[in-house]
Amino acid sequence: MRITRTLSLIAVIGLTSIAVWAQKSAVQSIEEYRLMLQDGNPADLFEAKGEGLWKQKRGPKNASLEQCDLGKGPGVFKGAFVELPRFFADTNRVQDLESRLLTCMETIQGLNAADIAKTPFGKGEQNNMTALATWIAAESKDRKFNLSQSHPQEKVFYEVGKRLFFQRGGPHDFSCASCHGQDSTRIRLQDLPNLTKNPGDGVGFAAWPAYRVSNGQMWGMQQRLNDCYRQQRFPYPGFGSDATIALGVYLGVNSKGSASIAPAIKR
Amino acid sequence: MKKPFKLTLSLLSVAAAVVGCAAGPGAVDLDRLTAEIVKASFRDEGIVKASVLDTDETNRVCSTADVAGKPLDDSTAKAIEAKNLKTVKWPENGKFLGDWKEGEKIAQSGRGLTWTDDAKTPNGGNCYNCHQIDKKEISFGTIGPSLYNYGKLRGVTDPASAAAKPIVDYTWGKIWNSKAYNACSNMPRAGHMGILTQSQVADVMALLLDPKSPVNQ
Repeated sequence: MRITRTLSLIAVIGLTSIAVWAQKSAVQSIEEYRLMLQDGNPADLFEAKGEGLWKQKRGPKNASLEQCDLGKGPGVFKGAFVELPRFFADTNRVQDLESRLLTCMETIQGLNAADIAKTPFGKGEQNNMTALATWIAAESKDRKFNLSQSHPQEKVFYEVGKRLFFQRGGPHDFSCASCHGQDSTRIRLQDLPNLTKNPGDGVGFAAWPAYRVSNGQMWGMQQRLNDCYRQQRFPYPGFGSDATIALGVYLGVNSKGSASIAPAIKR
Repeated sequence: MKKPFKLTLSLLSVAAAVVGCAAGPGAVDLDRLTAEIVKASFRDEGIVKASVLDTDETNRVCSTADVAGKPLDDSTAKAIEAKNLKTVKWPENGKFLGDWKEGEKIAQSGRGLTWTDDAKTPNGGNCYNCHQIDKKEISFGTIGPSLYNYGKLRGVTDPASAAAKPIVDYTWGKIWNSKAYNACSNMPRAGHMGILTQSQVADVMALLLDPKSPVNQ
């Protein structure tokens, strides 16, 4: 599948194929292809939808999300994304953007959080969730990640996230670190960021939510992590589960000072 | 979303330990909490059971070393390698090499054992994801070493010969259980974990060691 995709990418760009030379150029050309796509990122559409959903009165309580507290006070959305996940006193837990939105959808709008969490990605309210996350993230574009580590639970979640990152298991013994624990490696032609340290502006944690050209889908961080775990041959991580949030804390804290480019555009 | 009461309690006690103790919570507390969070967070989906995370000593010891950022000490590494070497099943029919053409297909395939795969799809070896193998395939990963000219570089002209025996045995063992030679290798244990069958392993062996294989041209 990946090969077909890569080959068609190469075809799109019109590369010739002298083996070794083409290999290097293919990587560069995919980069150019991504740059070309920046001109019109379909994430814009999800952003616009998300902004509309934030202001729209919905749910059994017929309320908008405009009083939702994403960590910087009720209704403050600018700059919230680059400080998440963080501890929230009202829920007494560390939450990422998507699990926090879920809390707001339940408490403010009266929607059923458990039902939404159980809904598969790309279906029903999960589409609204992705649009909301895309817009909130876009409102922090180019800002630098600065997650708090001042609350004890935030520190604990960083440590748990680190342990999850290195957790080997499943039939293939894979951990996150199997692919993301070294510098300058690839899976097939896909460059892999080293996520055990700060991977830099717009890389890794700083690149999601993103629009994926290969499947025409908009993905939030929850779905990105979910698909990593799928490819790792791990079982299914619950939407907004503590494992996904702790992993987010580990990745987010490691990205401290790096600029967010979300919503990004990906292969 | 209601959190399981027990999990919240233990999270609070570990968090309290961070506050109460300047050195922070102990690794044991954090390991225990991580295990509880894993249990509460992952579920069965499709063909994948949550129990695949109940892993063995090899993975547990290597994960702990990774978290600490320190490689295993020599004696622990040797003990783990010895334990894994004992699991290697050598070909009952003495047939180490199968068909390199089939081996190439297995090396190309990354299918199998995810929750979007079905149990009927033959598992792939995922080899090209990390290794260069046949030079014609330009889409290869770099996590593992290049395997291009694998047999040729090791002087294998007749895989059935006594001279080739050590490298043939090693290669079979490495594919069957990579941890027999490198305790915390990134490479899956294809035979031991049931990813590939004995005949699939033989086909991959042929891809690497058959003098007629494009790998050795």
